[in-house]
Amino acid sequence: MESEIIKIEDFSAGYGNSIAIKDINLGILKNKITAIMGPSGCGKTTLIRCINRMHELNKDAFHKGNIYLDGKNIFEMNTVLLRRRIGMVFQKPNPFPHLTIYENVLAGYIINGIKLRKEERDRIVEETLKKVALWEEVKDKLYLNGTQFSGGQQQRLCIARVLALNPEIILLDEPTSSLDPKSTIEIENLLEKLKNNVTIIIVTHNISQASRIADYVAFLYLGELIEFGKSEKIFTAPENPITEEYLSGKFG
Amino acid sequence: MTSEKAYKTLLGIIGGVLIIGLLLSIFFTLFINSLPSIKSFGFKFFLEKTWDPVFGNFGALPFIIGTLLTSIISLIISIPFSLSVSLFVGEFYRDTFLSKILETLIGILAVIPSVIIGLWALFYLTPIIRNIQAKLSLPPTGVCIFTASLTLSIMILPYATSVGKEVIKLVPNDLKEAGFSFGATSYEVVKKIVFPYARSGILAGFLLSFGRAIGETMAVTMVIGNSNYIPKNIFSPGNTISSVIANEFLEAVENIHISSLIELALILFLITFIMNFVANIIIKRMRVKI
Amino acid sequence: MKIFKDKIFRFFVIFFSFLSIVPLLFFFFTILKKGFTAINWEFLTSLPKPPGEIGGGILNGIVGSFILIFLASFFSIPTGIFLGLFLYEFSDKKFGEFCNTLIDVLQGIPSIVIGIIAYLWIVKQMDHFSAISGAIALSLIFLPIIIKSTKESLQMIPFSLIESSLSLGATYPRTILKVILPCSLNGIISGILTGIGRIAGETAPLLFTAFGNPFLNFNILKPVSSLPHLIFVYTMSPYENWHKHAWGCALILVIIVLFLNSISKIGFRRWKVKL
Repeated sequence: MESEIIKIEDFSAGYGNSIAIKDINLGILKNKITAIMGPSGCGKTTLIRCINRMHELNKDAFHKGNIYLDGKNIFEMNTVLLRRRIGMVFQKPNPFPHLTIYENVLAGYIINGIKLRKEERDRIVEETLKKVALWEEVKDKLYLNGTQFSGGQQQRLCIARVLALNPEIILLDEPTSSLDPKSTIEIENLLEKLKNNVTIIIVTHNISQASRIADYVAFLYLGELIEFGKSEKIFTAPENPITEEYLSGKFG
Repeated sequence: MTSEKAYKTLLGIIGGVLIIGLLLSIFFTLFINSLPSIKSFGFKFFLEKTWDPVFGNFGALPFIIGTLLTSIISLIISIPFSLSVSLFVGEFYRDTFLSKILETLIGILAVIPSVIIGLWALFYLTPIIRNIQAKLSLPPTGVCIFTASLTLSIMILPYATSVGKEVIKLVPNDLKEAGFSFGATSYEVVKKIVFPYARSGILAGFLLSFGRAIGETMAVTMVIGNSNYIPKNIFSPGNTISSVIANEFLEAVENIHISSLIELALILFLITFIMNFVANIIIKRMRVKI
Repeated sequence: MKIFKDKIFRFFVIFFSFLSIVPLLFFFFTILKKGFTAINWEFLTSLPKPPGEIGGGILNGIVGSFILIFLASFFSIPTGIFLGLFLYEFSDKKFGEFCNTLIDVLQGIPSIVIGIIAYLWIVKQMDHFSAISGAIALSLIFLPIIIKSTKESLQMIPFSLIESSLSLGATYPRTILKVILPCSLNGIISGILTGIGRIAGETAPLLFTAFGNPFLNFNILKPVSSLPHLIFVYTMSPYENWHKHAWGCALILVIIVLFLNSISKIGFRRWKVKL
């Protein structure tokens, strides 16, 4: 049974005098991987940063319209609680340099001052690192600094950091664009495994990546939602000519 | 969001109060304690050339002259050196091992305590000056305005140099290459392209050095000769505003004497205050340009 | 003719550049030579003898400097880090820029004026000289150094770390205090070391505050000696023996200052790379 977990309604947002996204109406389905695609500057990053209200951090940022999480308007929620339910992974892996791997996984708890018993902490670290397939690689090096690893491992650590808080949704902003092909495949496999328990929204400009892992695709162009639908349909028989041109590489 | 606002508001109020409060207190303490002197002497304080603790006449002119002489002479002496090093490190031998050594050595100069430079100057520069004074048939005191200026010039060299080398490094390569492609020599490129472009930065560096020279106390006190009269020439002993304070403050007994010394400190404070503001404005203007 | 001018110009640049380090090299050579012969175990561990007598040492200065630096750190480090945070938060506002300029002004105040201030604030009220007044004078010099290095270290932390922390549901103050500040710690410590190197060598502010003391003194309400003060007093004295002590003291102080500055620089560079 597919249900909508995020509903974006008549939503626009931008910075200062320029509008980045306009009149977006979109429903994200639970426990599916939705890819948000489009050429550079089409507003995809702005869109997902609105979902966890990170957009507001920018100077002169504005928005209009509503976004609902499980029926509740996110702009009426406490941002702190919202961001624990919706996690974010950024383009460049950024584990906290002053924390060990162990501490990085628990960063969400540590920074928020949430005290856990040692058994609880150990359990979370082991489970989460196993989920991101890092456990075997780092279990003997948990007390090393979080930045001493390859890009792919660091990015999986960042995903673990988010997973440790048991979010309902994970937003990923081009998470593999700075990684090598092997790490990219590792992350993609990971996301496919995770979707059973977490809804995934991934921004990507890599068309083949989207075709590999996405269940649904939203195509943005110049700030507007051009097309949205199941990925097989979008890739094989897109309705909008612009979508087709983008997917066949005519621009991007 | 509210916790962020609360944090920033608290920080802003306490921080602002502390900083502004601190500087205001410094100013007011100096001002209030100078009042007896200001009331007695008024504006004449700056023009009277007699500083006489015995009769209670206090004129600051000898020290203003002493400060100006030593600062200006030391700046003039240091200019060719600081410009040369700035060019050496920032242009001609940029990023070479030799220039790194030069930079490090000059950088070391900047952190050596003033009293130690004074010690060295007292025992090694003054004999040299004594020789010169003897040759010029002047009293061979060794300590005098010139010795102080020379010592100061060594001490202020790192300041103009570090600013100078940074702005010279910032001159865009294509501007210089344009010059070279017209057949200009390095000298011409420096004179007509590098210096004009970096001019305000270089001047800011000189201002920084000058400001340092004005406030410098220990080394100057040790080699300037401690005389409260207007120096006849640069080989006469003298005093700067800061050196007379260092020399006399502990011995001053009369209220008016103490107050006059504090008025001198107030003058120093105001001079460095103004110089800092001006230097900040210049630097801000430069940032806009870049 | 053009080429001739150019060659002369280059020659002068090189000439003056090298000439500028001659006094420095001469200075180092002298201080090593004269200071080295003055230093021995007695020098480092005993108190000064009456003027004119051979022997004695600078223990009062060593202990005094420690006390002054420790007290000044106590006053300046927490306040300095706090004000550094303040300037960091408001660095893009006019109010913040103004306060930043005020800190620059504070940094530019000649140390003799700082000494007068501390005298008027404390010594005059207490009616006698003390270590604590000297420490406060040194704090006024130490403070802007810590403030600036805190602010600059905080500014070097990439925004992405702030974002990551916020996206984990942390509030902004927690992000600053538990992520940004700890990450900047190395930079801040660098600034602290540089500051200690600076105040260890300051004499003028101590002339009317800590005042100096030929005996060992651990009472912060009483006057205390310090290394730079000893150098000054001994240098200006007429005694050969004390001149020798001045050189020995100077050598020790120079070594301490250069050591602090170099580990500060190296530490800073290493930390910067990690970011």
